[in-house]
Parts: sequence; structure tokens; C-alpha cells
Amino acid sequence: MKNFLIRYFPLVLLAIAWEVVARLELVSSSALPPLSDVITAGIDMIKDGELISNGAASLYRAGVGLALAIFVGGILGVAMAWWKPVNVLLAPLVEIFYPLPKSALIPVTVIWLGFGDGSKILLIFLGCMLPVTIGAFNGARSSEQVLVWSARSMGASRLRMLWDVVLPSAMPELLNGVRTALALSFILLVSSELIVAQKGFGYLIGSLGANGTYDAMYAVVLTVAFLGFAADRLYLNITKRTLAWRD
Amino acid sequence: MARLAQALSDSGEPPNGTPEKAARFVYTLVWGFARIFSVVALAIAWEVLARSGTFTPFQLPALSAVLERIWSDAVSGDLWINTALTLYRALTAFIICAIGGVLIGMAMSRNVFAHWFFDPIISVGFPMPKIAFLPVVILWLGVYDVSKITIIVIDAIFPVIAATVIAIQGVERELIWSARNMGANNRELLHQIILPAALPQILTGLQVALPLSLIVAVVAEMLMGGYGLGGAMMTASRFANSTSVFAGIVEIAAVGYVLVKVMALIRRRLLIWHEEATDKTA
Repeated sequence: MKNFLIRYFPLVLLAIAWEVVARLELVSSSALPPLSDVITAGIDMIKDGELISNGAASLYRAGVGLALAIFVGGILGVAMAWWKPVNVLLAPLVEIFYPLPKSALIPVTVIWLGFGDGSKILLIFLGCMLPVTIGAFNGARSSEQVLVWSARSMGASRLRMLWDVVLPSAMPELLNGVRTALALSFILLVSSELIVAQKGFGYLIGSLGANGTYDAMYAVVLTVAFLGFAADRLYLNITKRTLAWRD
Repeated sequence: MARLAQALSDSGEPPNGTPEKAARFVYTLVWGFARIFSVVALAIAWEVLARSGTFTPFQLPALSAVLERIWSDAVSGDLWINTALTLYRALTAFIICAIGGVLIGMAMSRNVFAHWFFDPIISVGFPMPKIAFLPVVILWLGVYDVSKITIIVIDAIFPVIAATVIAIQGVERELIWSARNMGANNRELLHQIILPAALPQILTGLQVALPLSLIVAVVAEMLMGGYGLGGAMMTASRFANSTSVFAGIVEIAAVGYVLVKVMALIRRRLLIWHEEATDKTA
């Protein structure tokens, strides 16, 4: 606990500096409301349910989009590594679409699916799929030939080998790709909601900012930032457990 | 991506045997065709699907119409102005990230105080969706280039710092010891040993930061307006001009593709001395 405090003390310093600067009115209080006001505003919004209902909408979109991306992306990546024709067909497409800045798809998903959940889920799915695909592809390709050969010599069928040898050895890189996708899903979620939405974190930030209730806006911004951070830490812990069988 | 390209060229190796030349030629031909086959197929499928009437032209304008729009944008000059603006914003921010990120990373690995101060900020800030701070940045700096570049820097500098710190930590102790032994001073040590040895990983960090800058540049332009490829797409979307929206995607995709390729090229040039340049498995 003491180590933890010393380690994260700079953050506490920043928080104190924020409060002091705002209280002394060194910058206008509309540009930087005091941290204590922001926290009170956040608690109020949790009490009246505004933060929670919008947060649930956002997390639902991110969750569904990400789950689809992991499922489809993982299958595609392993298939590309395992069957050469699939690789020949898909690799050029992956190469073209991977560098596409995914935020460019925001207006198109709106044209296709409107302003609601569908367009955000589609955007997150499309944006997060390729990092997972490439992770799975690299992982499955790097499975040791010796393992594959010995499995084959022991009479394992192709499918069995895929399940018992290739998938486990693809896991570390696949999980790494999922981590990238997780971070990306938050970025895409917030930016698409900032641009067009009727609920969700991004919408809340935008409308509070437009109303000039800046302490509440800061509270939502900090909540989103914290959730992104917490999701990443949680994910790291889970992967550490999942990969405990290695070394 | 590098591995993907590697995989492609691996399977593209010409077969041995005679008559080798003819076989090689046929193989290159078939392979080249296979490479573009799916791209061409996708383009044809797009055109056919759009013309078949399954979708309205609003939902899916024909590829030919989209290409025509890009052409007319190029002739009128809008395309070049928007591309230049987006590139200016993304690349200025990227250069700030590259210089600032490497400097902060170096400071963190050489100075205990800098490490103590920045380490928690980096470890908390890296996984945060920093794009959420965009309204705050608008509040502080307005909607012009300064605030766009600022939000890009906030988003893209973290991978550079993290990569630099990890890279410098990973420099082999023996290298540093032998350099010291031969009388290198701090400055020489940094310039001739630590930076070159850390370069591959620092470049990896930059290769993460570059596409990120472009993503954020497009979002910032969509939200704040002020032209640029993202701004043009948003304007087109407000006027329900879906041909221009699709043209925007193709343009942004092209810019992203070129940037990523150029960065990979720079990496190969800079690391020509490094074993990864010849290492097939990397």
C-alpha cells in the first residue's frame, strides 16, 4: 500500500495542482472547474442515473462490437495461417484495409445503419477486427513446426491439430491483438458518439459541453478515461491467468 | 504487417529446376495475378452490387461514380488542399510526438526524478481513451489547427514514450560496459551506443504513433470542421452526399496506405545495418 502511494504520488500532485489552480482562479473556472466540483457533479450524475444509463448504452455497443470483432477476426486470422488459398485471397485485402484510419468509416456506418446502436457496433466491429486477425495470423503461423509434425506423426487429424497445437500457440499473439482492439474500441466508441449519437458517453460529453455545464462534462471525460484504463488492466490480469501454462 | 508481406513473399518463391527461367516467369505472373485478384474482385463486386439496385445509390454509390467524384475533386483542386491540410496536421503532430516522446523517454531512463514523475502518468495515461479529452481541448484552445494538433499529440505521444523507455532498458549491459571501458563519455555513449541499439524498438513505437495520428486527425476534423479530408467527409455527410463520403474513404485509405508504406521504407533504410534487415523470420 505504501509503495503504491509513493508510486502514484505524482498523480495526486497533479490533482492537487488542478484544485489549487482552479480555486485561485488562475484560469477561468469555466475552462477548468475545481476538481472537487467535478467530483460532486459526477456523484450527482450517478445518483440521478444519467451517467449509468448512458454508460450502459456505451458499454453495450463496445462489448457487442468487440465480441464480434474477436470472434470473426480470430477465425479469419487462423484460417489465413492454416489454409493457403484463404491467405492468398485475403492477405491483399487485409494489407489495403489495415492502414485505413478507421474513423473515416464513421459517416458510412451512419449512412448504412442510422444514428442508433447499429452504426456504432458496426464501426467498432470493422475497426477492431483487423488487429485481431493479424494477431491470430502471426500467432498461428509461428506455431512450432516440430510440434505440428509430432502431432501429425501421432496421427492427429488436421482439425485436432488446429485445436490442440495451433490455437494454443497462437494464443499469446492473438491476445495481444485483442488488447490493441480493446483500446481501439474505446477510441472509436467515444469519437463516433461525439459526432453522432442520442445517448452514450460521447453524446453526454458533447451535450454537457454545449450547455456549458463544464464540471459535469469533466466528470464524464474522467469516467471514460478511467473505464478505458480499468478495462485494460482487467484484461491484462485475465490474460496473465490464461497464459499461466506458458513457462 | 511486415510479417504478412513476408508470408506473401515466402510462398511466392520461385520453384527450383529447369527450365528455371520460364517457370519463374509463369510463377511471377500467376503470383502477381493472385495478389491483385481479390482486390479486383472486390472492386467488381462493389460496382455490380451498386448497379444491381439491391441498394439505393445513397446507401452504396457505384465505384465508378465514386472514382469520378475523386477525379473531379482532383481537377478542381479540393482534393489536394484537403489532403495537404490533413497531412500537415497529422505530420506536424507526429513530428512533435517523435521528438518529444523520445526526449521524455530518454529523460525517464536517465533521471530518477523524471522516471518517478512520468511513470505513473504514462502507465495510467497510455490505456486511456484520450480522444474523450477532445471537448476539453476545444474548450481551451478553440477549433483551429493548434487544438487539432494538440489532441493528436496527446493521443499519439504515449506509444513513443513507452517504446523509448522499454528500448533503452533493453540495451545490452555488455555494450554499455565495453563502451565505458573504452573511455566513452556520457554524450558519446548516448549517441553511439544507446540510441542506435534502441532504434528498432523506438521505430516500432513510431509505427504505432503514425496511423494513430491519422485516425485522430480525421476525427478532430470531423468534429471541429475546418476542411481537411475528415472535414470534407463530414460536410458531405451533412448534405447527404454519399458519393463524396465514399470518395472520402477511398482518399483517406490511400493516404493511410502511402504513409504506412513510407514509414516501413524509412525503417528499412535506417536499420539496414541491423540483423532484422536480412533476417527472414523477423
